[in-house]
Amino acid sequence: MAKELWKGNEAIAEAALRAGVEAYFGYPITPQTELLEYMAREIPKYPGRVFLQAESELAAVNMVYGAACAGVRVLSSSSSPGISLMTEGLSYIAGTEVPAVLVDIMRGGPGLGNIMPSQGDYFQMTKSLGHGDFHPIVLAPSTVQEAVDLTYGAFELAETYRTVVVILADGAIGQMMEPVVMPPARPVMTEEERADWALRGAKDRERRILTSLHMNAEGLERMNLGLQSKLARIQRNELRWQETMTDDAEVLMVAFGTAGRICSSVVQSARRAGLKVGLLRPISLWPFPEQRLLELAERVQQILVVEMNAGQMVLDVKAAVAGRAPVHFYGRLGGVVPLPDEISQQIDKLVSQPAGAGYKTGASNGFGHATVVPAGDARAEGRI
Amino acid sequence: MTLIDLANYDVVYRRPEALTNVQTHYCPGCTHGLIHRLIGEVIDELGIRENTICVAPVGCAVFAYNYFNVDGCEAPHGRAPAMATGIKRVMPDRVVFTYQGDGDLAAIGTNEIIHAAGRGEDLTVIFVNNANYGMTGGQMAPTTLVGQVTTSSPYGRDVELVGMPMRVAELISTIPGASYVVRRSVHNVANINKTKAAIKTAFQVQMAGLGLSMVEVLSSCPTNWHMTPDSALQWIEDAMIPVYPLGDYRVADAVEPLTKRRQPAHQQNGVTGG
Repeated sequence: MAKELWKGNEAIAEAALRAGVEAYFGYPITPQTELLEYMAREIPKYPGRVFLQAESELAAVNMVYGAACAGVRVLSSSSSPGISLMTEGLSYIAGTEVPAVLVDIMRGGPGLGNIMPSQGDYFQMTKSLGHGDFHPIVLAPSTVQEAVDLTYGAFELAETYRTVVVILADGAIGQMMEPVVMPPARPVMTEEERADWALRGAKDRERRILTSLHMNAEGLERMNLGLQSKLARIQRNELRWQETMTDDAEVLMVAFGTAGRICSSVVQSARRAGLKVGLLRPISLWPFPEQRLLELAERVQQILVVEMNAGQMVLDVKAAVAGRAPVHFYGRLGGVVPLPDEISQQIDKLVSQPAGAGYKTGASNGFGHATVVPAGDARAEGRI
Repeated sequence: MTLIDLANYDVVYRRPEALTNVQTHYCPGCTHGLIHRLIGEVIDELGIRENTICVAPVGCAVFAYNYFNVDGCEAPHGRAPAMATGIKRVMPDRVVFTYQGDGDLAAIGTNEIIHAAGRGEDLTVIFVNNANYGMTGGQMAPTTLVGQVTTSSPYGRDVELVGMPMRVAELISTIPGASYVVRRSVHNVANINKTKAAIKTAFQVQMAGLGLSMVEVLSSCPTNWHMTPDSALQWIEDAMIPVYPLGDYRVADAVEPLTKRRQPAHQQNGVTGG
């Protein structure tokens, strides 16, 4: 199939349509709005499918919840502040164990922040997408093509595990245009293919109930243990990551999404300079590829985590490598996208220092300029 | 002793098929169960049990899905109209109703009900107004009457502090997408019958695709009002109806043929808005 030029947000929407999404509910917010607009334009061309602009992200996520309970493929999309509003509904969806797919085109925060690309929602997505014990599956593309492929597969993943799947991208991926090969269009589910838990009306069968409410403590504990065993199954089966030149790497970079894409350029330039630098780019942020990181940590000398936030995934990296290698962090905040040269400078510093020595540079207030935080720093320890 | 041959008798009263055979958790004297029964009878009479989906709220009726013998789910607090919108939009040929209390619909869920009405969603909303948050033990709601003592207005509802009670049927009736908006009560037999008729009309409005239908039902809460069941019913008549007049607040022209008899607002029971 021929490559076409697609804008990230629109490409994700088209991939969802080709995956047989039957309903989309959303609310405008930069930098994801083109996704909503694409759905508004295209869905009316598919009889029987539903587009609806909600009055808020609160309403949108509950429309998703309702449609998910009806057993249809359903999508919503938003950006960071909107995701915060959705977390109530996402917790209910997780507690009820119905499948839904959500796209977060991250922007700078906290608060209203700005509309520039950021990775500041890592904690929220992987650790705390609502109250109670649950994790969604979180998939982080680094190109528009990857965003398309992950979105296309996200619905089956959501249905297999009856869970929320999040496509976690940022304003850069949402807004950029890249060549894409679109997957073939699938038909929507037939009535016979509907799940055996879906609320379709109790015709010729017992009524069905979907709820996240379990008043009895032992009952809720049983429900939670079931949920945890499902999450453990996801951790075993759904790990995704990409490695670049890790075989002989002495410095291992770990970065996801847009930061991962920039770091893959850094690998190339470092190699040209004769430095043995490699990259592990987690694609599934939850589940996190911790076992593979531990294996790599046994044989590299330094690890550099690069994020467009104040140091979030770095905590998972540190937990995974369990002290086997020193873990350093480089981050840019507020929607600033790090340039390959800045990251290369960090690598230069690392290779000119003895492993694990640790040092501080840059402004005392942290991350504004070329700050490497060594492994023992409070910030990298998560005590910020 | 003689054996009774049941074949000689007509059944005049039985559990509607649309209700399950379980004991409800509602307090003695509370009229939630009665309203459930009216809905169950209407679902049976319209023959829609196998086609209906119930969306329960957060509040006293949080377990409503246990009592209706239809597919059911449970929405986050106040979000039932949004969740019901999602269900109805993907299955327009099904009948979807929400059952919501005054904390759920008139406080935390105002945005969702207003916009569901604004879009003219083909949903039926049964809105139970008992002038307080019952489930959490009787706190002040937007519908709590002036001077009414609750656990969070222990000196009585103070207008200076929290304003006047909110009249939901009147509010929703100003929205064109809500084509049938009425207020009823279940404090005596005559009004119970009128409530049932309104609930039936509300479901028929949905089935005819005429937009949002809402029946506000004044309901008793003897436990949190600290009254006997009898005096609670009397309090509906004496204290609530003057503030919340019964009647039809909006009956769209297209809905008119579905109603047997109109009850103009402010005229029923001879009361005017307080």
